[in-house]
Amino acid sequence: MLRRLHHTQPETFAFTPANQAWAEGQLTKFPEGRQASGVIPLLWRAQEQEGWLTQPALEYIADMLGMAYIRVLEVATFYFMFQLQPVGSVAHIQVCGTLSCMICGAEDLIGICKDRIAANAHEISADGKFSWEEVECLGACTNAPMVQVGKDYYEDLSAERFNEILDELAAGKVPTPGPQNGRYAAEPLGGAIALAEYEAGKAPLNASATLATDIGDTIKRIDGTEVPLLTPWVRKAAAADVVAKKPETKKRDTKPAETQTVAEAEPEILSAARDGGADDLKLIKGVGPKLEGVLNDLGFYHFDQIENWSAEQIEWVDNRLKFKGRIVRDNWTEQARILASGGETAFSKKAPKEG
Amino acid sequence: MLADQDRIFTNIYGMHDRSLAGARQRGHWDGTAGIIKKGRDWIVSEMKESGLRGRGGAGFPTGLKWSFMPKESDGRPSYLVINADESEPGTCKDREIMRHDPHTLIEGALIASFAMNANTAYIYIRGEFIREREALQAAIDECYAAGLLGKNAAKSGWDFDLFLSHGAGAYICGEETALLESLEGKKGMPRMKPPFPAGAGLYGCPTTVNNVESIAVVPTILRRGAAWFSSMGNPNNAGTKLFAISGHVNRPCVVEEEMSIPLRELLEKHCGGVRGGWGNLKAVIPGGSSVQLLPHTVCDEAIMDFDWLRGQQSGLGTAAVIVMDQSVDVIKAIWRLSAFYKHESCGQCTPCREGTGWMMRVMERLVKGEAEPEEIDMLWDVTKQVEGHTICALGDAAAWPIQGLIRHYRDEIEDRIKHKRGVSAVAAE
Ligand code: FES
Repeated sequence: MLRRLHHTQPETFAFTPANQAWAEGQLTKFPEGRQASGVIPLLWRAQEQEGWLTQPALEYIADMLGMAYIRVLEVATFYFMFQLQPVGSVAHIQVCGTLSCMICGAEDLIGICKDRIAANAHEISADGKFSWEEVECLGACTNAPMVQVGKDYYEDLSAERFNEILDELAAGKVPTPGPQNGRYAAEPLGGAIALAEYEAGKAPLNASATLATDIGDTIKRIDGTEVPLLTPWVRKAAAADVVAKKPETKKRDTKPAETQTVAEAEPEILSAARDGGADDLKLIKGVGPKLEGVLNDLGFYHFDQIENWSAEQIEWVDNRLKFKGRIVRDNWTEQARILASGGETAFSKKAPKEG
Repeated sequence: MLADQDRIFTNIYGMHDRSLAGARQRGHWDGTAGIIKKGRDWIVSEMKESGLRGRGGAGFPTGLKWSFMPKESDGRPSYLVINADESEPGTCKDREIMRHDPHTLIEGALIASFAMNANTAYIYIRGEFIREREALQAAIDECYAAGLLGKNAAKSGWDFDLFLSHGAGAYICGEETALLESLEGKKGMPRMKPPFPAGAGLYGCPTTVNNVESIAVVPTILRRGAAWFSSMGNPNNAGTKLFAISGHVNRPCVVEEEMSIPLRELLEKHCGGVRGGWGNLKAVIPGGSSVQLLPHTVCDEAIMDFDWLRGQQSGLGTAAVIVMDQSVDVIKAIWRLSAFYKHESCGQCTPCREGTGWMMRVMERLVKGEAEPEEIDMLWDVTKQVEGHTICALGDAAAWPIQGLIRHYRDEIEDRIKHKRGVSAVAAE
């Protein structure tokens, strides 16, 4: 099937503020430099917001992720869930036509779509409310035949029930999703045989239908306020007493994926040098003025802070430096131990003394 | 019938409390830290012992797959990626795990990740499963709040983050390397192997891709012991398995049963039997759209496991059982699968891109009987030219159902062609 951008495009696109926050939240799932991993979720959210995927939306997301427009276009045209043309104002009906559904009556459902909505898939009905297409197996075959409307599955359909659902949608109502023949979920019609003991105490609806009715966004254009945004993996820097600097507050971490070796642990951090002033960290081989500044910013001022770093703590610091692996390579902890006890290293002997 | 106390999925219909509290009542998240404390080697060897074979279709031993991951990091992180792209026609089992019994999967992800030295795992769920994604994310959030995920997850000493991402309607992303491409934000086109994901997978780092069900059964196997799991099913086909039955049975359902259960018993015990009685059965596709169908004559003695079905040149695949009664035009049924593969070919390899369309068009004519009898052999040849000549198995999967049809229903195809000719000959007079 030819999938191209629509000939008529809107001028602009922007995420709603809540969707923007949501989109930024998604990107915390991926390592630094791998934001492209978020492209499908973000495109999808743009479609949920607008109803279909517009060219300005593609460009907006490409800019947000630092991707070339062509790469985003490739993704948008490759994946069939992206609607590259406007859809019905109320709903776009996706009828599963694959084998299990076909032998259970999907062809009748498609016939209804052709009669009631439009002769061809992706055409908008005369009243502007609906469009439809035949899609491939939606993974609910035991509840065949079924259709997807917006976020939800309507399962175990008959032609009659499908007609009613279209009537209800046209009248501005949203029928309760899930099985339409009295089934609860994927148990046999008439009652579970396995795990039958839980029949009596079950909640009114299965998990999918419960979410649909609780949130009420089956065919809604999503603005991001529907469900609270949670990113529990974003860990705030530990609020230990000694900690004054919090190098990481927004993102979970900044370590590049390829170089992680050990789990990291936060070393003891000071908010300022102790009385008597900071040690000259430049005496450590591998630390220049720039790196000394970085170390001070992180909360390290003294050799004795450095000498006892564990492997995990080295990892923590390493992940926050520009020069990965330097701590171990130059053996900072050993150097710091000598320097802390007033000794000299081969490097510090050569270094110009401060002050 | 498998006793309820031997079920791993204790809430597959979602009728019990679906929250973390409910999962705990049913015995999940029990002693997770203790399992992890037993160490990587113990977990991997126990998984090998259990005989678990991957539940995503290929049936590769799970423990063995895990053992391919590097024991020591060379500086790159390791990843577990969970394939929740469930798109093989007929298959609808992982959906039930994710929306109704998600804690089996989350706990399994923690243990499996630890066993493979991964601090991060991704679940890639098919885009259409929107409510399932919401339900699973809610369960993940619950676990973070309870300290079961994140730093020192479940007090195991292991830091572990579990992220949920999704696709947007491409069957090919169920193929593991296409899935990785997609997860990296690209078109889902399968990668050449080698390198295998265990050497260079997600972001070029060591990666294992496992099916949802394969991971979700892990905690229970480790809690109850490899011996318990391997005591079920025939040798080399251990354990319990989720079966998804669709089509012409009286009461289709998803159910966990013992591996190696006879097909007839599965359909009669759980699904109220074939519509119109066993004698009304035409054919069964036992393992999702990619495997060859079983004609009713074979169904009588069919055993639902990897090895028995392989012996019939079919396969257990995803254990998605599509039942067709005598009302089904079996040629048309296979044509519909050809149309599916044509639609879903990613277009990267020529034999698949061109072959799937070619096979579908010939199938279309066979459905109508508008073909020459020689074309049946020609179609067979084409399936053989596609099979084994593509980067991934989609080409094979498109070829096999047609081969099954020709093997078992050649008469029917020939009859239709003959009949059609008869009819048009009469019409021409
Ligand atoms: S065939 Fe329709 S949901 Fe699977």
